[in-house]
Amino acid sequence: MSGLAITIPVAMLMGLAALGIFLWALRSGQYEDMDGASQRILDEDDTP
Amino acid sequence: MTCCVPSDFAVVENDPAAIENDGAALGALSRRLGDGTAQLEFAVPDAHCAACIRTIETSLAALPMVRTARVNLTRRRVRIVYDPTQGSPATFAPTIKAAGYHTYVLDPSQESDGDPVLAELIRALGVAGFAAGNIMLFSVSVWSGANDATRDLFHWISALIALPAIAYAGRIFFRSAWRALRVGKTNMDVPISIGVILATALSLFETINSGHHAYFDGATMLLFFLLIGRTLDHLMRERARNTISGLARLQPRGGTLVRPDGTREYVKLREIEPGMTLEIKAGERLPVDSVLLSPGSSFDYSIITGESLPHTIDVGQPVVAGAASLAGPVQVRAERAATDSFLARMAAMMEAAEGAKTRPRRIADRAASLYAPVVHTIAIGTFLGWGLISGDWHAALTNAVAVLIITCPCALALAVPIVHVVAAGRLFERGILMKDGAALERIAEIDSVAFDKTGTLTSGTPRLVRSSLPDDASAAIAAALAASSTHPLSRAIAHGLDQAPRVLDEATEIAGKGIEAQIDGATWRLGSARWCGVTDPTDGSVWLSRDGRPVGSFAFEDSLRPGAAGAVATLTARGLPVRLLSGDAAGPVLAAAWEAGISEAHHSLAPEDKLADVARGRTLMVGDGINDAPALRAAHASMAPSTAADIGRSAADFVLTGDDLGAVPFAIHTARSAARIVVENLGIAIGYNAIALPLAISGQVTPLIAAIAMSASSVIVVLNAMRLRLMTRRPRATAPGVAALKERTA
Repeated sequence: MSGLAITIPVAMLMGLAALGIFLWALRSGQYEDMDGASQRILDEDDTP
Repeated sequence: MTCCVPSDFAVVENDPAAIENDGAALGALSRRLGDGTAQLEFAVPDAHCAACIRTIETSLAALPMVRTARVNLTRRRVRIVYDPTQGSPATFAPTIKAAGYHTYVLDPSQESDGDPVLAELIRALGVAGFAAGNIMLFSVSVWSGANDATRDLFHWISALIALPAIAYAGRIFFRSAWRALRVGKTNMDVPISIGVILATALSLFETINSGHHAYFDGATMLLFFLLIGRTLDHLMRERARNTISGLARLQPRGGTLVRPDGTREYVKLREIEPGMTLEIKAGERLPVDSVLLSPGSSFDYSIITGESLPHTIDVGQPVVAGAASLAGPVQVRAERAATDSFLARMAAMMEAAEGAKTRPRRIADRAASLYAPVVHTIAIGTFLGWGLISGDWHAALTNAVAVLIITCPCALALAVPIVHVVAAGRLFERGILMKDGAALERIAEIDSVAFDKTGTLTSGTPRLVRSSLPDDASAAIAAALAASSTHPLSRAIAHGLDQAPRVLDEATEIAGKGIEAQIDGATWRLGSARWCGVTDPTDGSVWLSRDGRPVGSFAFEDSLRPGAAGAVATLTARGLPVRLLSGDAAGPVLAAAWEAGISEAHHSLAPEDKLADVARGRTLMVGDGINDAPALRAAHASMAPSTAADIGRSAADFVLTGDDLGAVPFAIHTARSAARIVVENLGIAIGYNAIALPLAISGQVTPLIAAIAMSASSVIVVLNAMRLRLMTRRPRATAPGVAALKERTA
């Protein structure tokens, strides 16, 4: 039972962190151009 | 359309009057970024691979004023940040065109920065997904045997996560349901909201009383699945709307006003009043019905009447709004206000056609209107039945809530939008933009297809098919004369002769006659037979003459679009009769019909005639002109090429961005496959309810069973929709990988 006191908050925090990262990625425009991102990887030049 | 191979058309097409080449207008469209730079967006509908991105970005970045240029492949547009002090933005469009891509500027004022509805949906989706995932962890522990204090603790933690998440993510449904209820209506969101709220309330009650079953996982998972359907539906609609509204901004909406003192000012369309003097540049379209003030000139009426050859208008004669000046610049006097012009009359006719037509209700709406009363009756029946028979009102309430949860329309809500999203994606890949799912349902039901001729079945631009010139020297002169004019036939000659353009010092264009110039001491003319000294024209419609003596002639043809004959053959083979409706004269209409293999052709039709024709039966109308707009609206389903008039594009359900008419049978095939899958999906959703509902009524459904049944039905529906991609796959000569490789290395 005492293990739960640690593992549950840890699991919750990890979940919240994932949610936070998702919202951050959304806000910083990383979902704006999904098709472009998949094609740009084929571009050999590293400088954007 | 081949990727990464510049089409010669794109480079040749350079209309001096287009807004893309007007530095001042582009400056006004730019968005100031504060640090002295400005931002402009251009649509690049043809870009679709890594090489396209690279070509466009590097060619733009090479310009001195461009700070950054970034292509967004999803929205098919390029965003350019530039320094207005370093140069004019008028070079952007020519640069993109020189790189081999069609382009046009986008108006940022008509564009909201980002999409607030989508942002809200995705945030809600994220929150619901997070809550459902985490609650499920606790639920699994409860199902696998946690009891007493542990179970209570897990239920409490679940409640802590679920309550804010449901309040946040459920808002979208609660709001919509409340809006419907307030006006005494019901929609799909009403049962969803009731189900979610009741399930949450019951679970909370159970948690407080240390009960065995809590439905927090079911409630959040339900919201999660429903939000996926909602988001996909929204995404698809937005994507089509964005691209179409982008297309609609091709034409500057206004005209250049010439004041009595000679100063010029750009006025908006609705500010134009009768009596104003307007200047129309070459290639520009008349904003309102007017009277010509300049000496005789020729106008392109193709978008209005469908006739490809220009009309010659004398001074004092009326010109209809939408006609493009070919010789320009010319001055005209506005005769009517915009609200009263030819365009406005067409728009009124479209509205009338819209009102007269009974649109069949969408499948999803029909399902929803049946769904809510049935589900609520069953839930209340379960509650009363259990309560009255067993007397255990707590169990009765639990079972009634189980009914609401199990019947909550996850699969039903996903069944239709997921298919439409897959279909829209498939159509988008072939260059077909779809306005909404209703259009897809309608186009699957058509029983005949009607094509317009000019600009739809044909490319709308005349092509040089024969020239009878004695030598290369005269060909060079003809090409030089032709290059100095914007007349469609001149363009065809310049393009068709393929001679290095020779620059002429002075060439005069005489409306309705032709072009004249002094070259090497002789008077050369390129124009009508009579003007070139031909008394008995037997061949060709344009002649070349030297000092009044005819030298040679040219013959033209309005060529069919690529794939036109193939499309007609495919449609006929599928049992869809094809007919041709045109405002053009009998000769060219019958010729085009014969070439395309269409057996039924109607010529010299007024817009009213076309409207009456397509209103019979379930017709798919494919047209582009202003005169087609009412017919496009009246037809059961409609398509317009992206070269169509604004009004035509906005009237049509589908817009074809490519040149190939093979897209028409493809769209019908995709729509029919989609309709079949929608029916299958609804069948799966109903079948699932048929199995799960008796279990719920009899009180056998625990939260575990509810969770499994709900996700299984949703996943099956999604997987079934994915089959559409397989059903509409094109048979290829080479393996797809090889073709893609070839495209990239080309």
